[in-house]
Amino acid sequence: MWKRDEGVKPASDVTPSAQPPQSSMPGTPQPAPRPQTGRDAVNIGKSVVIKGELSGSEDLTIEGQVEGKIELKDNILTIGANGKIKAQVFAKALIVLGEVTGNVTASEKVEIRDGGSVDGDIISPRVAIAEGAHFRGSVDMQRKAAPASQPSKSAQPAAQAAASVPQPVAR
Amino acid sequence: MALSNLFGRPRKDKEGGADAADADAVVVPSRVLAPFLNGLAARQRPVLLDLGPVVGSNVTFFGEEVGCKIFVEDLSADIDRHVNEGTIHDLPAFFERRFPQEADTVDGILCWDIFDYMERPAAEQLAGQLMRLLRPEGLLLAFFGTADPRSSPNPTYTRHVVVDRGHLRHRPYQAARAKQKPSVNRDIQRLFEPLRIAENVLLKTNLREVLFRKPADAAAASTAGILPAPS
Repeated sequence: MWKRDEGVKPASDVTPSAQPPQSSMPGTPQPAPRPQTGRDAVNIGKSVVIKGELSGSEDLTIEGQVEGKIELKDNILTIGANGKIKAQVFAKALIVLGEVTGNVTASEKVEIRDGGSVDGDIISPRVAIAEGAHFRGSVDMQRKAAPASQPSKSAQPAAQAAASVPQPVAR
Repeated sequence: MALSNLFGRPRKDKEGGADAADADAVVVPSRVLAPFLNGLAARQRPVLLDLGPVVGSNVTFFGEEVGCKIFVEDLSADIDRHVNEGTIHDLPAFFERRFPQEADTVDGILCWDIFDYMERPAAEQLAGQLMRLLRPEGLLLAFFGTADPRSSPNPTYTRHVVVDRGHLRHRPYQAARAKQKPSVNRDIQRLFEPLRIAENVLLKTNLREVLFRKPADAAAASTAGILPAPS
């Protein structure tokens, strides 16, 4: 239980001087130092059911059930593998490993990971849907790039590559 | 080995978590994808309708490349459900009410090869619905197999993954029914009248790629519920 969860530790945010000195007594359990992330995170456990409006200014992980509306406009919302959401969601970033039913608006990104499910419309500049994820609805990604009539830079090499593909045999 | 595999480039970038289907994936050229993208990019906040299964990388690609709003409506799942329930003959009636969207609200439609999996009545009903949805000057991209597919013992759909503007990765996955009789060029043209064919390319993979464009005058007819008789 004292093992630090390396997966959630943002390496760049931890100040080396903040770590306590190593224990000189082997076998004595030491409490794991709390990484100084500069950001609080809150969990809603899988036995918790919330009906209504949920808002806040901290990162949030939901493993329980929420029905209604969720607003975390400046924070990251993670729907855990056990989470079941029937709500309109507004967040800076949304990561879905569980189930979301409802429309989603994220100012930065939406990630639907393997096993995650979203039934609803997504509005976000970046959307990533993993292999094995379920999605039903629409995706609206507002483009911030060059004018539409100009082919994008990434498209130019592709267009050159296309010139070398096998020619059609009939037309 | 299928003839199409001879002309496809085998997938090189094997990923650790890739599923077994990737072993059969091939990258093939596409001659109509680039004009389709160019046509969409020229429109203000285009709306795209994708009739294939959800492919995350495609959603990202079209969103970033065109900045469009994407609706994903997996018709292969609908066909499988009708096959499994023994109601495949109801498919035309199903397509009649499948798309609740208003007429002339979609700028581009990705049909991929879904028409290969249905008989003529269902194909006609689906084509009629798609033409109703398409805006004037809107584009519809569809692929049609030209080889007899019924020799294949294991029916598969193809997940079309966009590699770049000129290439698609074909990833087969299990289907409940095989491709039906291939349509000849004339039948394809009539199926989508009054749309105009902007590009019609037969690739060495025996796949016909067709890009249709909805003329402005056809839009007026479709909103009035009157479509010109086939010439």
